[in-house]
Amino acid sequence: MKTYTNTGNKDTRSGFGAGLTELGKKNENVVALCADLIGSLKMDEFKANHPERFFQVGIAEANMIGLAAGMTIGGKIPFTGTFANFSTGRVYDQIRQSVAYSHKNVKICASHAGLTLGEDGATHQILEDIGLMKMLPGMTVINTCDYNQTKAATIAIANHHGPVYLRFGRPKVANFTAEDQTFEIGKAVQLTEGTDVTIVATGHLVWEALEASKALHEEGISAEVINIHTIKPLDKDAILNSVAKTGCIVTAEEHNYLGGLGESVARVLAENNPSPQEFVATNDTFGESGTPAQLMEKYGLNANAIIKATKNVLTRK
Amino acid sequence: MPNTQQLEDLTTQVRRDILRMVHKVNSGHPGGSLGCAEFFVALFQNIMDRKDTFHMDGIGEDIFFLSNGHISPVFYSILARSGYFPVDELNTFRLINSRLQGHPTTHEGLPGVRVASGSLGQGFSVAIGAAQTKKLNNDNHLVYSLHGDGELQEGQNWEGIMYAAAHKVDNIISTIDLNGQQIDGATDDVLSLGSVKAKFEAFGWTVVEIEEGNNMDAILNGMEHAKTLTGQGKPVCVLLKTVMGNGVDFMMHTHAWHGKAPNDEQLAIGLAQNDETIGDY
Repeated sequence: MKTYTNTGNKDTRSGFGAGLTELGKKNENVVALCADLIGSLKMDEFKANHPERFFQVGIAEANMIGLAAGMTIGGKIPFTGTFANFSTGRVYDQIRQSVAYSHKNVKICASHAGLTLGEDGATHQILEDIGLMKMLPGMTVINTCDYNQTKAATIAIANHHGPVYLRFGRPKVANFTAEDQTFEIGKAVQLTEGTDVTIVATGHLVWEALEASKALHEEGISAEVINIHTIKPLDKDAILNSVAKTGCIVTAEEHNYLGGLGESVARVLAENNPSPQEFVATNDTFGESGTPAQLMEKYGLNANAIIKATKNVLTRK
Repeated sequence: MPNTQQLEDLTTQVRRDILRMVHKVNSGHPGGSLGCAEFFVALFQNIMDRKDTFHMDGIGEDIFFLSNGHISPVFYSILARSGYFPVDELNTFRLINSRLQGHPTTHEGLPGVRVASGSLGQGFSVAIGAAQTKKLNNDNHLVYSLHGDGELQEGQNWEGIMYAAAHKVDNIISTIDLNGQQIDGATDDVLSLGSVKAKFEAFGWTVVEIEEGNNMDAILNGMEHAKTLTGQGKPVCVLLKTVMGNGVDFMMHTHAWHGKAPNDEQLAIGLAQNDETIGDY
């Protein structure tokens, strides 16, 4: 089976920062706004390079979203930066009316998503943001898996006209996708070929899915791992083609099973090819303080959880 | 440029449009619309340096944002009367498949609308963002916005108001429709705003007061004065004291007609108080 090498742990938020820096040099219409989290979002370099195109908003996320919507009028491409919780739940109505319904070309860039934010605890660990954003008509929803992919996605979304939610995280995780990749919105990436089970994962769970597939391979179970970086629009063909071959699926995400990737996949299967599915996701719960690894273990969001889910789903074929 | 009499004649026609639009569908917001009729006519016919055809980006022209989207009847009337779309389309207000939604939106592509509004308190942020883009584009034109007074109870306004002063956004003229009324009653009774003037000044804005917000000359003079105060490092706020329901005697000075349409008899009385001037749609 195809294997992937971790070229060294890196945080996805730094991939965002690097992508934004590159965009700043290439596209003078790109502007950036941040709500008092420049360091956390890795926006320092863009700010230093283009002070006239960088806007410190202070701790006022609702205003930031509205400002970004307004800045599009006249041709700017605003990238907003704050934590995922403050990028979505706190400002849902502002995004809904001023950005999504108004179809403004705003890129909502959200770091520290999910449990891997760690010790700050549940107030900051949003596990509902994918659901909130995917329900908005016209919103593109992306959750990248590593540094290289986050950098590529950041650059790619500037060329997509329309609102985008780009989700990434805080911890240093395996960096394994190609440095020179072209990021194609809505196009799933098949990482391994397999015949027994399809594993579709998004965000930090993609590497865990690869780790799980290696262990399963040693037990004689052939897993096809697909990286679904774009939850909306969902690559239905990639899912259906794979499940037609394997007959069952495991979905894996750092998000509540309600409203997440798994539900989107379940709908595609229900409409086209009803198949056994297991969900690796949080079970309608808030998180808590702890290290990222402890939290992912406790809430069942790692390679071991994917292996267990795979064995369950195989019994249902 | 039209003279005061012509502007007043158009205002009378706009009042008729408002009454007929909300009457036809038995819904909509006549009170605040009537209170701002003179302001909209002055703004679109005299104050703003705007292009005849609509371009979303509004480059090289003054642009306007309506934050209190529920007064869509007056907005739609002046947009149509200013040539953005056919006046006959006012017949479709709030009907299914119409571009004239209950609250203004870009979603159906109505010329003249640059952002959806209706959920209150979002207009300051959008207008300020657009003003900053004008600066980035070296576009010396102005951004105008209108906000309800009750709407100022929403917290997001004050985030934007604080931001605009801190970032020296001095190419914006934001007008507050100070009619002292909101759905549940007088603003003083629902949630007192205190001194709006003192609040804006404390937040670093230059404030212009128009005491007679339904007097065309007072509006023209006040807005021209406001223009002279732009470009001086501070955002400009106009406090426009209006009478809700102005021009229809039984609708004046009360919140009762905030979101209520007149019946046939009431419509006839209202229209009788506002004779047709440039022609009904």
